[in-house]
Amino acid sequence: MTAEATRSGPVPAPGATLDLSKVTMRFGGLVAVNALDLQIARGQLYGLIGPNGAGKTTVFNVITGVYTPTSGSIRFEGEEIAGERCGRITRRGVARTFQNIRLFGNMTVLENVKVAFDCRQATTLTTAVFRTPAHRAEEARVDADSRELLRIFKLDHVAGERARNLPYGSQRRLEIARAMATSPRLLLLDEPAAGMNPHEANELMDLIRWIRDRYGMAVLLVEHNMKVVMGICETVHVLDYGSTIAIGRPAEIQRDPRVIEAYLGGA
Amino acid sequence: MRGLLVGLAITGVLILTNAAFTGAFGSGVAMPPYLLQVICLAGINITLAVSLNLINGFTGQFSLGHAGFMAIGAYASAYFTVTFGDRMRAAFGVLPPFARDGAVLLVGLAIGAFLAAIAGFLVGVPSLRLRGDYLAIVTLGFGEIIRVLILNIDAVGGARGFGGIPKLANFFWIYLFAGVTILVVHRIVHSSFGRTLVAIREDEIAAEAMGVHTTRAKVISFIVSSALAGVAGGLFAHYLMYIHTNSFTFLRSFEIIIMIVIGGLGSISGSILGAVLFITLTEGLRQFAQYRMVLFSLMLILIMIVRPQGILGHKEFVTFLTRRRRQLGTDQGTAAEGG
Repeated sequence: MTAEATRSGPVPAPGATLDLSKVTMRFGGLVAVNALDLQIARGQLYGLIGPNGAGKTTVFNVITGVYTPTSGSIRFEGEEIAGERCGRITRRGVARTFQNIRLFGNMTVLENVKVAFDCRQATTLTTAVFRTPAHRAEEARVDADSRELLRIFKLDHVAGERARNLPYGSQRRLEIARAMATSPRLLLLDEPAAGMNPHEANELMDLIRWIRDRYGMAVLLVEHNMKVVMGICETVHVLDYGSTIAIGRPAEIQRDPRVIEAYLGGA
Repeated sequence: MRGLLVGLAITGVLILTNAAFTGAFGSGVAMPPYLLQVICLAGINITLAVSLNLINGFTGQFSLGHAGFMAIGAYASAYFTVTFGDRMRAAFGVLPPFARDGAVLLVGLAIGAFLAAIAGFLVGVPSLRLRGDYLAIVTLGFGEIIRVLILNIDAVGGARGFGGIPKLANFFWIYLFAGVTILVVHRIVHSSFGRTLVAIREDEIAAEAMGVHTTRAKVISFIVSSALAGVAGGLFAHYLMYIHTNSFTFLRSFEIIIMIVIGGLGSISGSILGAVLFITLTEGLRQFAQYRMVLFSLMLILIMIVRPQGILGHKEFVTFLTRRRRQLGTDQGTAAEGG
C-alpha cells in the first residue's frame, strides 16, 4: 500500500500523537493483532475498520493498557506506554469510550463527569476529611467545569439524573463527555454510533468534528457505520485477522479490492 | 469555625447525657444498667457498621473480615492500657482523674486503630486484587487467621481470654467515636475520593479508564475501614473489661454485614438504622435465643426478596424523605441557569 511505503520507521514522525510499531497481541495460539503499524498525527481523525473479529477492540485495549502487547512498541507523544497501567495512560492524555456502554449507572450524570475530572485533581484523603479551603476551592472548580462540559454536550438538563436512566443516545454522549473530562490529547471512540438512528448518527458526526476542532486532539474511531467513518475520518485503516490490509483516504479505501474482498468475501 | 462549635456542642450534650444516664443528676433520670449497656453496644455497632459500609457499600468490595480488625484494635488497646496504663496515669498526675483516664483511653485507641490499619494494609494489598466472591472468601480467611493468632498469644490471655481491662469507655466515648466515624465516612464519601470509590463500585474497568488508580483507592478505603473497626474494638474492650477471641469470630463479621445489608449498602444512615435495629432485635428476642438466628435469616431473606437494596437503599435518610422535593428543586435550578 502507498501509505505503508511512506512510513517513517521506528522513529516517530514529528507531531505524531500515537505511534504503534510492530505491535503483536497473542492470546494463546490466537494472534489477535499481528505486527500492527499505526500512526496518528496531532489533531487527526483516524478511522479503524474491519470485519467482525478483525482485532479492532483489541487494538484499543492494547493502547489503553487493558492488555500488555506480546511484542512491539506503543509511543504516545514520543514516550513508550506499552504495559503501563490503564489509569496512568489516561492521566498521560489518552481517553476512551467503550463498545458496550460502561457508565457509572447509579451515579448522577454530573458525578460521572466529575469522576473523570478528578484524575487531574490533587485532593487526598486528609484534605477531604478536614475539608481544607484548598479542597473546597477545587471541588467548586470541578463542579463548574463539569457543568460547563455537560452544557457543551447538551446534557445539562439531566445533570441530576442517574446515568442508567438516560436514553441510549444520551448515554453514548455522556460517555464521550466523560472521556473529554480527563482532558485527553488522544480520544479513542469504540463504536460510538452503535445503536443510533441515522439522525443521531449525523449529530454524532457533527459532535466529533466539533470537539476535534475545538480541542485539537487526535481521534481514533472504531465504527461499523460506514457512513460515519467515511464521512468524518481523514485516514481510514482497515484490519482483517489482526493485520493491516489497507490505509488511505476514505475514497481510496472504498475502491480498494482487498477491502472489498475482506468485507464481501472472495468473488 | 462553625463546624468546631457544632462539634463542641455535641460533645457537651454527650457529656451531660452521660452524666444523666449514670445518675449524676439523681437516680431518677439514671438509665437502668442493662439498658445503658445495650445503648452503648449499639454505639459500638454503629461504628462497626458505618466503617464496614465504607468498603462494602461505597467501594463495593465485599469484605467479610471486619471482626478480625476489631479484634486487633481490642487486644492492642487493652494490652496497652493494662501494661502501661498505670504508669501513664502516674505521669499525668496533675490532671483530674477523668482526664487521665481519657488520655490513657485515647492513646490505647490510637494504638489499636494504627495496628488495625497496618493489618488492613497487609490484608488489603494482596486480596483487593480479587473481586466478588473471591475477595469475600479471602477476607473471611484473614479474619479467622487474625483471631487464631491472637488465641495463641499467651501475653493477652490466649484461650483464657483477656481480663482486668480498666473500664475507661463509657456512653460518652462510645458515642463520641460513633460520631467521629460517621463524620469521617460522610466526608470521604462526599469528596472527590469518595466519588472514585463509588465509581469503582459501579464499574471498575471504566473507573480505571477514567484515570482512577483503583487498587490504591481500594486499599486506602480498606485501611480507613479497618482503623475505624480497630477503634470500635478498643471501645468494646474498655467497656466490657473482658475480651475473648470468641467475640471476634466470623459470626461477628456476619452480624455487621447483616446490619449494613438490612439498612442499605451505600447509605450511612442506613447503617446506623441497621445497627440499632439489629441490637434491638437481638435483645428483644433474647427469650427466644435459640430461634434468634432463624428469625434473622428469615428477615434477611424477606428483605432480599421485598427490598434487595436494603431499607434505605443507596439513599440517606434525609434524601429518602425529601427526594421528590429536591428533584423538583434541582430541575428548577438548572432551568434557571440555562435561561
